[in-house]
Amino acid sequence: MSILLRTMPVALLMAVAALPVAAQAPAQKVIVAQSEIAFTSKQMGVPVDGKFRKWDAQMAFDPKKPDAGTVSFSVDTASAGFGSPETDAEVPKAVWFNAAAFPKATFQSSAMKALGGGKFEVAGKLAIKGSTRDVVVPVALAQSGGMTTATGAFTIKRLDFKIGDGEWADTSMVANDVQVKFKLTVTGIAPL
Amino acid sequence: MNSNAFKSPGQRYTGVAIAFHWLLALMIIGSFGVGWYMSDLPMSPTRLKLINWHKWAGVTILALSALRLLWRLTHRPPADLPAPRWQLRVAHLTHGALYALFFLVPLAGWAYSSAAGFPIVWFGVLPLPDFVSPDKPLADLMKERHAVLAWALGVLVVLHIAAALKHHVIDKDGLLDRMRPGR
Repeated sequence: MSILLRTMPVALLMAVAALPVAAQAPAQKVIVAQSEIAFTSKQMGVPVDGKFRKWDAQMAFDPKKPDAGTVSFSVDTASAGFGSPETDAEVPKAVWFNAAAFPKATFQSSAMKALGGGKFEVAGKLAIKGSTRDVVVPVALAQSGGMTTATGAFTIKRLDFKIGDGEWADTSMVANDVQVKFKLTVTGIAPL
Repeated sequence: MNSNAFKSPGQRYTGVAIAFHWLLALMIIGSFGVGWYMSDLPMSPTRLKLINWHKWAGVTILALSALRLLWRLTHRPPADLPAPRWQLRVAHLTHGALYALFFLVPLAGWAYSSAAGFPIVWFGVLPLPDFVSPDKPLADLMKERHAVLAWALGVLVVLHIAAALKHHVIDKDGLLDRMRPGR
């Protein structure tokens, strides 16, 4: 009896803690085949577009309660490429992504904020090649026929993550700023 | 060698034509050498630099060749020196083919760069338009064309130099003086 009484509050707490999770399920689904994570790097002033071919995302998001939303990404660093076999062979090497030691780049959101008009701001931690940085990503949502398209872009400093180390650290050759652009097709998001 | 006979106007190319000839000769030979050397280098900042310099030089050669062609069309070159008919014909054909390649080699290189997804930014400052969109098979085709045309240009340049030297060393007809810089 006394054991039951003592464990009761703990059991209640656990049940309460589990509630929001249960309320959020089922989570939204990102359709990777209809989505894109791309980036633009400047090499000697030349903008060069690349993309990640392999990645996955988890999302739990209700436009009515954006503060409770979460999103996480896991990107295969070895799948980055500019579409030419020569450069694609370079990207996984130790000086760039070092895909052997750091096969995944991740993003984990920490806060979401509605800006109005289908625009949101997602803050979170971006981890690439063993370095983690806080980023704030603007996202615009558009909906049609049960599908939600999320688009956005943000800029990172490649040297924050030691992408292009050693002889490639020279930013006059390869600019420090790298623009990351994404277009996600998501199902299961409630109407805006 | 006595070249007084060739100093009178009309016997020499114009100063502008001579400047174009030698400037472009240096640029074309230099770009050919850089292009050949860089194509087998492993990726490095040096290689990236060479590739960009090569592209900037190529576009500059293209632009200067356009001006040169305009000059050539509006200014009469000196008359042919006496030579067998077939030699004159081969010389004219060679010159025509050289001019065609001054345009075709850089244009194929430009198309290769665009098709490979690397737009050209002239001297790192002026973005040039892509007249083809990124396309892997087209990039491979243009890479091959660029190389074949560049080698054809190389062969013609060697032929051109050999013929000029033949005039200078064997015929001793003072042909080189028509294109010699200075007075």
